[in-house]
Amino acid sequence: MKKAEVDKIINSYGADRSQVIAIMNEVQDEERYLPEETLKHIAQRLKLPLAQLYSISTFYRVFSLVPKGKHQCTVCMGTACHVRGAERVLSELERVLKVKAGETTKDKQFSLDTVNCVGACALGPIVIMDGEYHGQVTAAKARNVLKKPEAK
Amino acid sequence: MKRIKNSRELEKFRKALLKQESGGKTTVAICTGTGCQAYGCQEVVWVFGDVVRKHKLGKKVEILTTGCHGFCEKGVIVVLHPQEIFYQRVQVKDVEEIVSATILRGEVIERLLYQDPKTGKRIRKKKDIPFYQKQNRLIFGNNGLINPTRIEDYIRIGGYSALAKALNGMEPEEVINEIKRSGLRGRGGGGFPAWKKWETCRKAHGDIKYVICNADEGDPGAYMDRSLLEGNPHSILEGMLIGAYAIGVSEGYIYVRREYPLAIQNVEAAIAQAKKFGLLGRNILGTDFSFDIKISIGGGAFVCGESTALMSSIEGKRGEPRAKYIHTVEKGLWNRPSNLNNVETWANVPLIINKGAKWYSRIGTEGSKGTKIFSLVGKIQNTGLVEVPMGITLREIIFDIGGGIPDGKKFKAVQTGGPSGGCLPESLLDLQVDFDQLNEVGSMMGSGGMIVMDETTCMVDIAKYFLNFLLDESCGMCFPCREGLDQLLTIVTAITEGKGKLEDLQLLQEIGEMMRDASLCALGRTAPNPLISTMRYFQDEYEAHILKKKCPAGVCKALIQYQIRKTKCTGCAACAKLCPEKAISGKKDQPHEIDPAKCIKCGICKDTCQYGAIQVI
Ligand SMILES: Cc1cc2nc3c(=O)[nH]c(=O)nc-3n(C[C@H](O)[C@H](O)[C@H](O)COP(=O)(O)O)c2cc1C
Ligand code: FES
Repeated sequence: MKKAEVDKIINSYGADRSQVIAIMNEVQDEERYLPEETLKHIAQRLKLPLAQLYSISTFYRVFSLVPKGKHQCTVCMGTACHVRGAERVLSELERVLKVKAGETTKDKQFSLDTVNCVGACALGPIVIMDGEYHGQVTAAKARNVLKKPEAK
Repeated sequence: MKRIKNSRELEKFRKALLKQESGGKTTVAICTGTGCQAYGCQEVVWVFGDVVRKHKLGKKVEILTTGCHGFCEKGVIVVLHPQEIFYQRVQVKDVEEIVSATILRGEVIERLLYQDPKTGKRIRKKKDIPFYQKQNRLIFGNNGLINPTRIEDYIRIGGYSALAKALNGMEPEEVINEIKRSGLRGRGGGGFPAWKKWETCRKAHGDIKYVICNADEGDPGAYMDRSLLEGNPHSILEGMLIGAYAIGVSEGYIYVRREYPLAIQNVEAAIAQAKKFGLLGRNILGTDFSFDIKISIGGGAFVCGESTALMSSIEGKRGEPRAKYIHTVEKGLWNRPSNLNNVETWANVPLIINKGAKWYSRIGTEGSKGTKIFSLVGKIQNTGLVEVPMGITLREIIFDIGGGIPDGKKFKAVQTGGPSGGCLPESLLDLQVDFDQLNEVGSMMGSGGMIVMDETTCMVDIAKYFLNFLLDESCGMCFPCREGLDQLLTIVTAITEGKGKLEDLQLLQEIGEMMRDASLCALGRTAPNPLISTMRYFQDEYEAHILKKKCPAGVCKALIQYQIRKTKCTGCAACAKLCPEKAISGKKDQPHEIDPAKCIKCGICKDTCQYGAIQVI
């Protein structure tokens, strides 16, 4: 992200220190992670210690300090999905992608993450692939969820 | 539209809106809540638009995109007004027929009607469907009647009239008194009387105070707050406005979790509209009351639902709780008096002001008044959001409204209160659901998650699941919670692997009690609840894991094996093809076998087999 773009986000919050999480959220949305340079820049602009930004990045689940894969695969591990077998779906995806939840494949194609309930419990187990919801996923069907982006 | 200057103008505007309303028009209400989005409702909406245009029905048909109708199991849901025809599982391919048959010719399409599994009858009207019959949708029912992104819709059905009533005819103390007499208790978990917080905050010293809406909804498996925010955001704004007036506050925050993009979008839009109409901002409805609301977005941390952690997060810090020697109503956000209530609590406020405390307090039980929205999910026939009067029994919710357990399986437990709550067994199904009754049996109301479990759910695994969740979400500040959870999880994991000892159960109990007594915030203090309640009501399952090294529900991987039933296997080899470890072998059209040495217990074979030949032992 260019400095000017980061500045634009910061300015849209009036460079308000208390909005630092919102600012980081926007950077995360844009870059899908928080680059060190960008964090340093935000810290400077808001006159906050870099350590505070680091502590925020490691506290909240959404922030990542390492780059994410091209495709984002998120498995819901909420209770409703859990009782319908989300655990097995996740294991299968971990096996197919050869990564653990929270990691990114070596070729930087896929990031596998978990989330606790996205509010589509009626369709559980849910897997969200690049923003698209897949419902009633079973271990057997899990691979198909990944198929489309792989082919691209 | 210009600013609404006073209550009279608001009423005039409402009358004008009602007049405009559909003379002879058919309104097609399409659910666009997140559940139905996952079923592809957006496309249904587009196609409806196209088809209506094609038939040149623009003047006769209005398409209304609404929030969640609650019956998420059956999405996409489409309701036609004024006929009140309720169509479920609607797909793009059905749209043309709905328009040409039902709207143009008045014919009902049988296959899209809900079919009662008990009687086999098709049911036409929403209110006659068993799922809706026992509900009392005071708060949630409006979702189906309005487009949440249009303030005019909310005003048309009576929106902001409670605010007008409070501002023009009631002193702040009177408002608090009305809430007191209504018996409203907080819907976010604890069930703390709303008026008490309001009054303390009103009396607290300080020029600047805040009201905050807790929309963090961290309970995994619960989504009623989200559906309210998405489906009827103005009702929450109105509740907060009334609260702010009563407490004497001019600034408010809504703290929403980031996982709810649609809710954020709709609330942002609602705030902007309310500002434009002069219902937020300076001198609201011509009085000297001014109030503004900001949105603060969370970063996905369960503990941020806790009041002090939430406030710290709004301040732009880590969401770590603090000990509450001084309550947040005295010193909260930026050390100023702050009143925090849950989304659903706020949504109840306009109703109480409009209909009066006396009317409201007739609903519910002695100690818990009004209705409660539950998210009824898990192993249940009719997944969805249900709003029921307090005091209804668990059995009525699960079997009458929820339609019981699917696939002919047997009910085992229901989990309420999320990670702070407990699992209740069949013997407690006749328990009346209210704050106090649930506490008494070792669970709690929580924010309203209700997860149903059947015989294939392992209760030890559920305990492990919640411990895992809580350990992950514990902020790590205090020792009892951080280390306690770690130890509990280690011990319970060992039990699920067949390495447990009977003495472990006593140790678990002791660690749990230590955490209850010594943790800094309610996350740690309530964290042992799911574990302790499963040990209390499902001791036999723990013993089976420990003594017999068996998982009766067939869940815990270390204690189960997949096996092919020779009598049922047709030798189709569908499973063998998919088995990632090539652990299944056999001759064509002959019963196959699983090699236990190779099997990784992924369960794909069981998911695949059409003949039910694969069993877990
Ligand atoms: C760990 C933890 C998580 C919580 N999560 C939520 C939540 O997601 N939503 C909520 O409204 N209250 C939550 N609460 C309860 C709040 O602390 C607070 O009691 C509540 O928002 C007050 O509103 P009420 O009185 O209207 O219920 C949580 C409490 C704890 C200890
Ligand atoms: S638990 Fe997965 S969507 Fe709710």
